[in-house]
Amino acid sequence: MKSSRVRLTWATGLVLALATAACGSGSSGGAPAAGGSGGQAAGKTEITLLVDNAESTVKNAEAVVAAFEKAHPDITVKTSTRPGGADGDNLVKTKLSTGSMEDVFWYNSGSLLQALNPAKSLVDLTGSPVLANVDESFLPSVTQDGKVYGAPWGDAMGGGILYNKDVYAEAGLTVPKTWAEFTANNDKLKAAGVTPVIGSFKDTWTTQLFVLGDYCNVAASNPNWAADYTANKVKYATDPAALRGFEKTAEASSKGWLNKSAGSTTFDQGMKLLVSGKAAQFPMLTFPVGTLPKDQAAKIGFFGIPGDDAAKNCATLWMPGGQYIPSAGKNIEAAKTFVGFVASPEGVAAMYAAVPPTGPSLVKGVTTPADAAPVINDIKAYIDGGNNSPALEFLSPVKGPALEQITTAVETGQTPAKEAADQYDKDVTKQAKQLGLAGW
Amino acid sequence: MQSPSSSNARTAGSRGDAGPGRAAPTPARASAVRGTTQRRYSYWFYAPAGVVYGVIFVLPTLISFYFAFTRWDLFESEWIGLDNFRQFFSEQSLRSSLVNTLVYAVTTSGLKVVLGMLLAIVLTSSIRLKGLLRALTFFPVLVSTVAVGITFSVLLQPDFGIVNAALAKVGITGPDWLGDPDTALLSVAAVDVWKGVGLATVIYIAGILSIPRDYYEAVEVDGGGAWTQFWNVTLPLARPATFTVILLSFIGGLRSFDLIWTMTGGGPGFASDTIASVIYKQYQAGFYGLATAGNVVLFLLVSAIVFPLARFFSSREVDL
Amino acid sequence: MSAQTLTPARRLRRLGTEVLAVGAALVVFVVPFVFIVLTAFKDEFEASDLTFSLPTTWPVLDNLREVFAARDGMLLVAFKNSTILTVSSVAILVVLCSMVAFVLQRRPGRVSDVVGALILSGLIIPPAIVPTIWVLQKLHLFKTIPGLVLVEVAFSMSFTILLYRAFIAAIPRELDEAAVIDGCSSLTLFFRVIFPLLRPVTITSILTNSVFIFNDFVNPLYFTPGDENATVQLTLYNFLSQFSTQYNLLFMNILVITIPPLLVFVLFNGKIVSGMTSGAVKG
Repeated sequence: MKSSRVRLTWATGLVLALATAACGSGSSGGAPAAGGSGGQAAGKTEITLLVDNAESTVKNAEAVVAAFEKAHPDITVKTSTRPGGADGDNLVKTKLSTGSMEDVFWYNSGSLLQALNPAKSLVDLTGSPVLANVDESFLPSVTQDGKVYGAPWGDAMGGGILYNKDVYAEAGLTVPKTWAEFTANNDKLKAAGVTPVIGSFKDTWTTQLFVLGDYCNVAASNPNWAADYTANKVKYATDPAALRGFEKTAEASSKGWLNKSAGSTTFDQGMKLLVSGKAAQFPMLTFPVGTLPKDQAAKIGFFGIPGDDAAKNCATLWMPGGQYIPSAGKNIEAAKTFVGFVASPEGVAAMYAAVPPTGPSLVKGVTTPADAAPVINDIKAYIDGGNNSPALEFLSPVKGPALEQITTAVETGQTPAKEAADQYDKDVTKQAKQLGLAGW
Repeated sequence: MQSPSSSNARTAGSRGDAGPGRAAPTPARASAVRGTTQRRYSYWFYAPAGVVYGVIFVLPTLISFYFAFTRWDLFESEWIGLDNFRQFFSEQSLRSSLVNTLVYAVTTSGLKVVLGMLLAIVLTSSIRLKGLLRALTFFPVLVSTVAVGITFSVLLQPDFGIVNAALAKVGITGPDWLGDPDTALLSVAAVDVWKGVGLATVIYIAGILSIPRDYYEAVEVDGGGAWTQFWNVTLPLARPATFTVILLSFIGGLRSFDLIWTMTGGGPGFASDTIASVIYKQYQAGFYGLATAGNVVLFLLVSAIVFPLARFFSSREVDL
Repeated sequence: MSAQTLTPARRLRRLGTEVLAVGAALVVFVVPFVFIVLTAFKDEFEASDLTFSLPTTWPVLDNLREVFAARDGMLLVAFKNSTILTVSSVAILVVLCSMVAFVLQRRPGRVSDVVGALILSGLIIPPAIVPTIWVLQKLHLFKTIPGLVLVEVAFSMSFTILLYRAFIAAIPRELDEAAVIDGCSSLTLFFRVIFPLLRPVTITSILTNSVFIFNDFVNPLYFTPGDENATVQLTLYNFLSQFSTQYNLLFMNILVITIPPLLVFVLFNGKIVSGMTSGAVKG
């Protein structure tokens, strides 16, 4: 505790120092932007920004844009939103391939970025001052063929199970370390009349968590899994450890853990169910906790998708999303200024003021504010304990576009786990071929 | 080609007299002076429309037969033979979309025929408020599909939607209409019928009104009741209307996309995917070659069903 | 007509059927629209219940203002785009299709058979979307309103031509001949003499096509991605995720974009119905 306080003061100094530095580099980046678009008489550049429409993203964007416009009066930022999930992935792809992308867009890092064909469509940021404050550990998730294409926005987060601590306390449950314990907990919850697990199939992307969040368990069984997967040597359907994710998804439906109207429940409604205590657990990323009111956020805890061995209990982590600049953009310099600002302690501080963090930042010199949601401590425990793994999408460029539909089909009991895994393998092959990856 | 084309000219013409109210087929003049005809009715009149139609519709249709055999990112294409089609028929989700499309088309057109006929009979009887009722049933045809889709996905909400609330009043627990894989496709089809039955009704009304009263009177003289009138007069003589309704809703059903997309997005999982929604998903995911192959499959399916159907209907019409 | 001859019992039964029919029609066809209006007029909190009840407060104007203000007045831009799209597509359709239908009806022969077959194919064959995008891209018309106008024109052409052809069949050829004797060229003959006579079917085709094009969702979705050229239907679809918790605004949006077709319907109900039945081969 003491040491962390010391670190905090030290870090605050660093933040201030970096903030000024960022400001300096920012305006130096801004000057050529104004010059670059010299056609504009007023000297004011307008750039456009595309973000996904999750409440936390929109709030973050609004906050950081306001702070940016204050620091750079010569640039205005116009924000528009896009849907999340596959709909959003596809919109981004369409916009890039048709040259209609905004000047800056926020999008996933990792394999989804790889599918955008960054060498062709995005501005190369390797060595750019834009990345001055970015933690090196983030860079691999936005790198292709040695070139860096993105800067982070937002925080790293956990992907696993969000649970309502009040409900857990009332039912006398402890955080499960294995899938068997998780199952036992669910039986007790069900007997107590609480919905054990929330399904929100109306927003299909939410059904992927049992598979994607299970990756740390897969990695624990075979540390080389990601590399083998990229090389087309392992498959979900044929690797028993990897298949578990699909089996876990199937169990949610076959064991009757889900809410009655899961098929028509949206992600927002799912969060409401969790907070209200009508349901106990939600397989989810940790980011939505940030937008909850403080008293509600305090009720929510996090644990990784349980594996089969208590000794290897772990959690899967998500890198922050990336900010990217399409190479077809018209205001690339101004866009860089903005991206650099968002990935600076000053930008992060502006976002923290709007949305408290739910995970560690990957911008150097940022400190976690005292009022952060408690869920961040659950994640930190996994980071400090070393029992974590980045999600597969940050380790391998291969990800199929239909996973969320496939997992929805599994979670509604339409497709058996094994068959679904097989379908997903085929989906991945399709994507890999389209991308022209070697070995497929 | 010849036969459906000429039949259609005729049905359009005969329906014309229900509409503008005066189109009587003019017998084509066999002996028009060739020269004046050419001058007066210049083929150049086809040109502007032909250019638009050719470039935006015919050309893409033709080149789709090339791109369907390629892996394509809109810039470069690589010939991969039948791979796209193999993919299309090997993926279970794509195959089920084929079945769904047929189920959807058959259900919607069947229901539109039955309900449209029923409504038309009620609305051509001497019932009061006829005009109002006709207007009410027809209005949904003019409302945007997206608006209808959104509205009904709210009305069909399992927990608080008014459909299940009404069912609960009479002691029935309604299902999760759009969220349950077993009911999703049929629920969307029902909404499609709700939206489209007005058009079918109006076509039937035109058909029924064109039946001469004497036929009904003849049945009455023979002592036949309302049922006999329906069975022996209305049903056979409204056959052209039936054919039109079937063809129309079948074509619409096979291509259906917007309602499904706004209501279920093809889900849950793949439970309500149709070919058109699969094509859109492949397009979105950047599998342009595969999407085009899907288009070709849809093209073949529609042609294989609709052209023979049209031919069959036109031959039956000749018998009458 | 024979109502006077009915016995009281039959008359009563008939009355019963009538009440039943009207009642059923009201429930099935009117309740959804009333629901739209009610929800659009509620405040956010009340609307989230999604019940079929009168609003306790009536923030009608606030909701309206908010819907138009959302995303920097996106809906207003969309209305502008949709209007441009609808008006220009319909204008082009009317001119091009009446011309085709005129020659098609007046000059039978092999060429016209081929044209007729092409028109029929247009009714039945689903358009090949991605290749169309490719073509538009080559023409630098992809993502533009003019490009979308061409698409709407091409896809609605078959229906409109058939509509016109049925009508032209009823116009006597003697008129053409008289005009030619007066020394008109074929273009003047058509636009001076024939086209004015087509007024009734032109009105019908304008109404029917406007409703279809204004309501179209699929083509804007494919051919004008992005916010700039969004149409009202596309905006509504995008608002679906944005207003996911604000049902009052979502339904206000639905209400607002349903008003144009409603107006057309109230003013020209008969014309639309006759248009749809006479050309009724629209996919």
